[in-house]
Amino acid sequence: MNSRKDIGWYLLFTMPLLFIFTTVVLIPFIIGIGYSFVSWDGIPANPKTFVGFDNYVELFKDKRFLQSAWHTVQFTLLALIIVNVSGLLLALLVTAGLRVSNAARTMFFLPNLIGGLILGYIWQFIFTDIFKFIGEKTGLEHIFFNWLLDPKFALYAMVIVFTWQMAGYTMIIYIAGIQGIPDDLIEAAKVDGANLRQRLTKIVFPLLMPSFTVCLFLTLSGAFKIFDVNLSLTKGGPNNATEMFAMNIYNEIFAYSHYGLGQAKAIIFFLIVAILTLTQVAITKKREVQM
Amino acid sequence: MKRTSKWILELLLVLVALAFLSPVYIMVVNSFKNRAELYENALALPSSLSFEYYVKAMEKMNFLNAFANSLYVTIVSVIIVVILASMTAWMLVRKDNKISKTIFMTFVATMLIPFQTLMMPLMQVMDWIRTHLHIPMLNTHEGLIYMNVGFHASMAVFLYHGFIKSIPVALEEAATLDGCSKFGVFWRIVFPMLKTITVTIAILDVISMWNDYLLPSLTLSDKDLRTIPLSTFYFFGEFTIVWNLAMAGLTLAIVPVVVFYFFAQKYIIKGIAAGAVK
Repeated sequence: MNSRKDIGWYLLFTMPLLFIFTTVVLIPFIIGIGYSFVSWDGIPANPKTFVGFDNYVELFKDKRFLQSAWHTVQFTLLALIIVNVSGLLLALLVTAGLRVSNAARTMFFLPNLIGGLILGYIWQFIFTDIFKFIGEKTGLEHIFFNWLLDPKFALYAMVIVFTWQMAGYTMIIYIAGIQGIPDDLIEAAKVDGANLRQRLTKIVFPLLMPSFTVCLFLTLSGAFKIFDVNLSLTKGGPNNATEMFAMNIYNEIFAYSHYGLGQAKAIIFFLIVAILTLTQVAITKKREVQM
Repeated sequence: MKRTSKWILELLLVLVALAFLSPVYIMVVNSFKNRAELYENALALPSSLSFEYYVKAMEKMNFLNAFANSLYVTIVSVIIVVILASMTAWMLVRKDNKISKTIFMTFVATMLIPFQTLMMPLMQVMDWIRTHLHIPMLNTHEGLIYMNVGFHASMAVFLYHGFIKSIPVALEEAATLDGCSKFGVFWRIVFPMLKTITVTIAILDVISMWNDYLLPSLTLSDKDLRTIPLSTFYFFGEFTIVWNLAMAGLTLAIVPVVVFYFFAQKYIIKGIAAGAVK
């Protein structure tokens, strides 16, 4: 009897968001696939020429693009390890029942609230001036110099800034995981004579697998898609040594006006991000244990 | 734990926390120094507390205007996301048919699309709407809000969906029998029950929208419309070399964030932990 009325309510409740979502995400995604098959300089009056898979062939010959992919891989691997190790260590330290825990936890999370663009600028000053200053005062000039001018070290600088941003975030998630482990389980292991290392590797880490899944997913996709920090800290320099995937795509489209080629890169970027994160989640999910 | 080892751990934690916050210290102290003092010792406390550079940075960044812009865009976007996403998710859960499942799966699947994949075609679509339908989607705060809502829809629907599934229907049915309309059931009964997850979604979205640089940079071109990340970007383009002025500008830019954190930290930390359990 009321099914007609029900459909009316259904539409009223879902349509507004679906409409916005369709125009902002779905339609651009679909026509984005189309753009990747044309050659176009972005000027509306100029023709869009259909070139088939030419853009996709060309991007694999684009040295700078492949380089940016390689930088992204290096950066992501380093960041994945360092962010999660430090996040987990901070979480263990903060949950050890110390008096300063609450204040420390608040401090560790703060950088995550400051946007990537601003973080990059703060650290630009630290690497260019503070590092140089410390190097001159202490004589450790081979460690403390302007990292942003050295191709290899500039990448490490990005890892440091990203770690500063993300460690507190992963810490919060690890804390939630650690607190979800029942105390009596740890107590029982203690009574049975398990030492700290055994308690960690046999009880805490296996039960933390769901937290690992989430944190690895967040750092993996965050590092892979990094743009803001890249822009404000190094602008991709020196000599494109820190140009990441996302920035290469941005430049291809908006700086060089290669709309079709840039969009083809963007589609490849999407495929890689999707495959990587889905694989990671599938792998870590498999290792989650039920209590 | 033994007493001494506990003291060592305690000290270690304090040291780690101080080292962690040292960039903030460096930024703040140097925002008060003149150039000569900065280069003499960049780590020392300033010799005097002059707000000269803050006044100048505020002027150059058009700070109050940028702050108001950021506030407007973020608050309105978050309110619309929360209202529309909770309504949508509720219907998708309660009308559990093929269409609902398909819609939900579409939302979830699109969470994998990076912004870079959408940015160029999105600008083309918005430009098309502007020229053909005469709706000003580009270079207006309202257009940016519209796009913010679209981009944050998936995550919000996903989180609401999971939460609503765990709420029993009995209460809603009772209210319907008492003659409550769907609208009434949702706003009087369901929405208040969603408070925890609403806070989580609002916090996650506030943080990401407030700090977003790329989308505003693509949509807003008028100087007067700039948000805080945008004005910081342009400010830096001009003043990179003048570090003391730059540090004053950066400190200004993060003051709103720190104030927000100070008041909402309990909810922020809880919200992040809750949001992670998907």
